[in-house]
Amino acid sequence: MADIVLDKVSKRFPDGTTAVQDVDLEIADGEFVILVGPSGCGKSTTLNMIAGLEDISSGELRIGGERVNDKAPRDRDIAMVFQSYALYPNMSVRENMAFPLRLAKLDKETINQKVDEAAKVLELTALLDRKPANLSGGQRQRVAMGRAIVRQPKAFLMDEPLSNLDAKLRVQMRTVVSRLQKQLGTTTVYVTHDQTEAMTLGDRVVIMRGGAVQQVGPPQELYDHPRNLFVAGFIGSPSMNFVHAVVEDGRLRTALGDVPVGDRIRRELEAGDAPKELILGIRPEHFEDAALVDDETRRRGMEFEAPVDIVESMGSDKYVYFTVEGERASAAELEELAADTGAADFAGGGSNLVTRLSAESSAREGETRRAWFNLEKIHLFDPGSGRNLTLQEGRSAGALAD
Amino acid sequence: MAVETTTRAKVRWGLLDVVVVVFALVPVLWIASLSFKTPATLTDGKFWPREWTLDNYRTIFDTDQFVRALVNSIGIALIATTIAVVLGAMAAYAISRLDFPGKKLLVGVSLLIAMFPQVSLVSPLFEIERQLGLFDTWPGLILPYITFALPLAIYTLSAFFKQIPWDLEKAAKMDGATQAQAFRRVIAPLAAPGVFTTAILVFIFCWNDFLFAITLTSTERSRTVPVALQFFTGESQFEDPTGAICAAAVVITVPIILFVLFFQRRIVSGLTSGAVKG
Repeated sequence: MADIVLDKVSKRFPDGTTAVQDVDLEIADGEFVILVGPSGCGKSTTLNMIAGLEDISSGELRIGGERVNDKAPRDRDIAMVFQSYALYPNMSVRENMAFPLRLAKLDKETINQKVDEAAKVLELTALLDRKPANLSGGQRQRVAMGRAIVRQPKAFLMDEPLSNLDAKLRVQMRTVVSRLQKQLGTTTVYVTHDQTEAMTLGDRVVIMRGGAVQQVGPPQELYDHPRNLFVAGFIGSPSMNFVHAVVEDGRLRTALGDVPVGDRIRRELEAGDAPKELILGIRPEHFEDAALVDDETRRRGMEFEAPVDIVESMGSDKYVYFTVEGERASAAELEELAADTGAADFAGGGSNLVTRLSAESSAREGETRRAWFNLEKIHLFDPGSGRNLTLQEGRSAGALAD
Repeated sequence: MAVETTTRAKVRWGLLDVVVVVFALVPVLWIASLSFKTPATLTDGKFWPREWTLDNYRTIFDTDQFVRALVNSIGIALIATTIAVVLGAMAAYAISRLDFPGKKLLVGVSLLIAMFPQVSLVSPLFEIERQLGLFDTWPGLILPYITFALPLAIYTLSAFFKQIPWDLEKAAKMDGATQAQAFRRVIAPLAAPGVFTTAILVFIFCWNDFLFAITLTSTERSRTVPVALQFFTGESQFEDPTGAICAAAVVITVPIILFVLFFQRRIVSGLTSGAVKG
């Protein structure tokens, strides 16, 4: 067991592209850290550099306080679980799990004992004599994990280990991974492109984009206090709504009406180089059916009227999609996010607002409905830099903060 | 309806297969039949010998010439195959796994060699080997065989190596294996079917070669069987050695058949299934 420190680690490929740029990251002993981001953001390259499968172009990587830049993977004492599982097809499950121990030249008795132990933890005992070809996807995944835990390495690296499983099994295995990590207390770095996995599994989440770290923090902090537009749009499902806003006379003109701003934001907007257009970010759960809001709550937000496009009843609450007129919010980050989810292909004209209302709401498709949203929870982003203007010392205070 | 169509399709394909097999096998069977006939009945035009005899086989094994050629053939083909497969495996592994400068050139050149008309190289090779003292020796045949078998070996083997998921090698390295251990314990066992397939192809190429064998040899010191057959004569100048030649032809197909049968069992398709994904 050991801590892992990345000190300005970069990866440049011979053709000149930079896959990872100056990543600083300190992973404490026993911590479960998730690297998350859209495809091509450098998360897998970062993991491969920690593993030793890719050379580090510049910067320093320390495992357990020791510089390991030039060490071969086998001298780093870390185990890796691959997205493809990478089981050795010519070996049985037992031989697969024993392989790292045999290479470490342990005696037969110890090997058997360790394999049996690991198999018991992962409920693989009955499958030990089978070949990987005769296992289901979930079983193969467990064998891959077994092969990693069997030699008690300093750290686990997991490269999208659940992405080849079907949705139901993935949720199940998520809890298995989580429990296993807590039980063993081994430092773990986990790569995924699925923000739900990132939110549910990690002690801390590292969001990457274009080879650079965007924000590092516990899942809830990233959700509540996103540092920029990219983080805000990436974390959360359904994702945050983004509305185009124009700064005019100390107010924000938007398709949802004029949004008042507090003193602090106003001061910032009055500065010479302040952006004249902003992007307003509102999470779906910060909307409510105006008819269901009590007066005290009503004062903290504002209301607007819009036609209801679609109503999805989830039982516990309702997802109501409003159609709003006006210019679509646009920024490089948003386009990148849309491209990653494939949403760019079918976004029609106008923009859709996703809201999560109480189940009691009587909103019906086709009607025009009055809705309320919480001004204390909204975020304001600079479309140019993507920076969250509402963030003060790392905390988001909403638009009204003084 | 669907069932009827499939049955009809099966019958059609079956008939087609039978035609192909008969077309390919009749000459072979004819040779075998001739080899069992006595000189008197040799030209009777009957497919089935009226009088069976093993005299032809006795004749060829009595002559030193044939046995010596058989030894030459087996030795030369086996050595050339071994070297070509080992070199080919290393080259193919590098081609499929590494990005090195000149990779395209290497692949291109090996393809060029494979396409080169061999008959045009015969005279220069003859001159070169005479100068170097390689003429009429085992290495004199083994070297050109390796040269012309290598492109074949590289192409077949790199196709097999490309099928092996690279993740397996990475996994082995993470599990604590050196590069050599990863190759020997993980990659090589999975590439075995490819290696055996290649070995069979190369062996057949060396075994069957007539062109190089007839130009680069002059005595039975290194003459191989296909050439030895050509020089076959009867006990006297006027005797017709057809029966003996047929017997020899049957004998030299036997090692090929044995070789294929022996390695065929190892060519199990789908050996890599279960390595990755589901």
